[in-house]
Amino acid sequence: MTRLSGLTRRTVLSGLGAGAATAALPIQPAEAKDLTVGFIYVGPKDDYGYNQAHAEAAAILKKTAGVKIVEEEKVAETDDVSKTMESMIKLDGASLLFPTSFGYFDPYMLKMAAKYKDAQFRHCGGLWTKDKHPMNTGSYFGYIGMGQYLNGIAAAHATKTKKLGFIAAKPIPQVLINVNSFALGARSVDPSIATTVIFTGEWSMPVKEAEASNSLADKGVDVITCHVDGPKVIMETAERRGIFACGYHANQAKLAPKGYLTGAEWNWIAVYNKFIAEAKAGKPIENFVRGGLSDGFIKMSPYGPGLNAAGRKNVDTVKAEIMKGGFSVFKGPLKDNKGNMVVPAGKAFVETAVELESQNYLVEGVLGAIS
Amino acid sequence: MIDSLATVAFSMLAGSLRVSTPFLFVSLGECLTEKSGRINLGNEGALVLGAMVAYATSYETGNPWLGVFAAALAGLCLGALHGAICSLARVNDVAMGIAFMLAGTGIAFFFGKPYVQPSAPLLPGISFGFWSDSAQVKNALLVSPLFLLGIAAALAMHWCFKSTRAGLRIRIVGDSQDAALALGLPIDRTRFLATAAGSALAGIGGAFLSLYYPGSWNEGLSSGQGLMAVALVVFARWNPINCLYASLLFGAAGALGPSLQTVGVTWGYYLFYATPYVVTLAVLIVTARGGTSLRGMPGQLSIGR
Repeated sequence: MTRLSGLTRRTVLSGLGAGAATAALPIQPAEAKDLTVGFIYVGPKDDYGYNQAHAEAAAILKKTAGVKIVEEEKVAETDDVSKTMESMIKLDGASLLFPTSFGYFDPYMLKMAAKYKDAQFRHCGGLWTKDKHPMNTGSYFGYIGMGQYLNGIAAAHATKTKKLGFIAAKPIPQVLINVNSFALGARSVDPSIATTVIFTGEWSMPVKEAEASNSLADKGVDVITCHVDGPKVIMETAERRGIFACGYHANQAKLAPKGYLTGAEWNWIAVYNKFIAEAKAGKPIENFVRGGLSDGFIKMSPYGPGLNAAGRKNVDTVKAEIMKGGFSVFKGPLKDNKGNMVVPAGKAFVETAVELESQNYLVEGVLGAIS
Repeated sequence: MIDSLATVAFSMLAGSLRVSTPFLFVSLGECLTEKSGRINLGNEGALVLGAMVAYATSYETGNPWLGVFAAALAGLCLGALHGAICSLARVNDVAMGIAFMLAGTGIAFFFGKPYVQPSAPLLPGISFGFWSDSAQVKNALLVSPLFLLGIAAALAMHWCFKSTRAGLRIRIVGDSQDAALALGLPIDRTRFLATAAGSALAGIGGAFLSLYYPGSWNEGLSSGQGLMAVALVVFARWNPINCLYASLLFGAAGALGPSLQTVGVTWGYYLFYATPYVVTLAVLIVTARGGTSLRGMPGQLSIGR
């Protein structure tokens, strides 16, 4: 989107709004204690995926008393997001911002955080490090890898060809954890299962995602899952090809009524409620928040008809195990798909381990490469 | 190895049948417009608007063919507006086209919001794979009726330019304004009609995207395919039959990236995703000889004048 310098839709609208408010004097001043929270999404709010998961939580927050929510969708990971953050702070009076996309962090959010020291910024993703980044910034993320591990178990029970497919956007650690967890989940059921990964290179490329799904189906893959922003096209293509699918981000059962097995979904409202409670109580807002299935950050979609009783039982058992806490998907001895030992025997990483946030390999049993 | 090669070749064939249709329709539409001496970059907008209108109409009425019709109509309106404004004195068609591209996508995004979530009835495919037992072959040969319509349109347009009075008139208007004036041909009206009809074709291309493949409406659907198709026309040397070949080639090249990854060629996928553009460059370089590089270009195009 090109914009005239300084004249954004937001400035114009708030200018008009201010004009209208002045005209309608006497005005009711907003309650001083109202907390204004800004949400910024990289894609449309209703993409059946990543952005929808955040927007659903924002919609719940709108009903909370004493909280005002401002949102902007389809904000590019460019200087656009700086402008959006700036106008949310200066014009809407937002004091807590959630830029939800990976690429917003550096340099855009960091620059804004340096400029507006009173505002709090919490970025969704794994990029914040203590000592390195300012204290009015922070990050939160869910360990959805466990969900993909359970997806993998479900997939292993549904596959007949022993070939699974994973359509991924970019080879960054969060995506790789998902690919690896899915493959490890499947291999925990049957070690002969291979998972083919295809990188599309972009977060949202519907035609390429459909091509990737078809390519995988042509090769004999019969269960597909993904990590792209909007899984809609992938789920629909899988259903049309008569193969199974595991969901991601949000519940996509409606898109694949026959082939949907289960899915790994975000439950962001748990995180946002926590931040907002802290902000309203005047307490410092936590900088580094992580949580998984057992913390309620993640949930699984209800089982679809494609998953048999044995599969459901297996997923339920492992899920119960995970809910107890301390479960590790990545435990030694574990080799990558080039034969290098990546987790030595005797070592295990629980989902909270920071080491996992710099994961740069694909485990044994995954067909594909990062670069 | 042979097996992998076969898989890739097969995927490219299937991909070219699946992905090429929007390229085909937009490039045919653009070819028609440019033959009359005008450029319409707004066809990207017509493509996106067509996709949205088709999906919305199909969802509301339950009839995907009505959706295709509505998409053509939406494209027609957008093209007619472009054609009408560009017939005014001193209006630059390239700049206007960019305005229409932004307007078309903007309108589509604005009115398309409520249709991102629901699932609309899609166009049925025609199966040419009945002779095979393999599910892959059957799926690859499940061809959209719009693709066949596109081939028919390419042949018809070629015949029209070559052997009909109407085609000759369009070519005269596009090639030499002086000759057209001398013959008393209605220049503005011809260009207006060619632009409107061209955009209608682009709209049908959009209907293919949302109602056949990938078969859903969302805002990233076109990812610039309309603009690429405009470039395809140059590549195809303003010949409708070549537009067909170029579209098939682009479709096949687009399928290369994902299919190579499925058979285990995993390095450099960014590079393979760039194949369509590399192919275009290569062909342009090979076919461009001194002085004849833009042979076939209508003489009145604003970029050539």
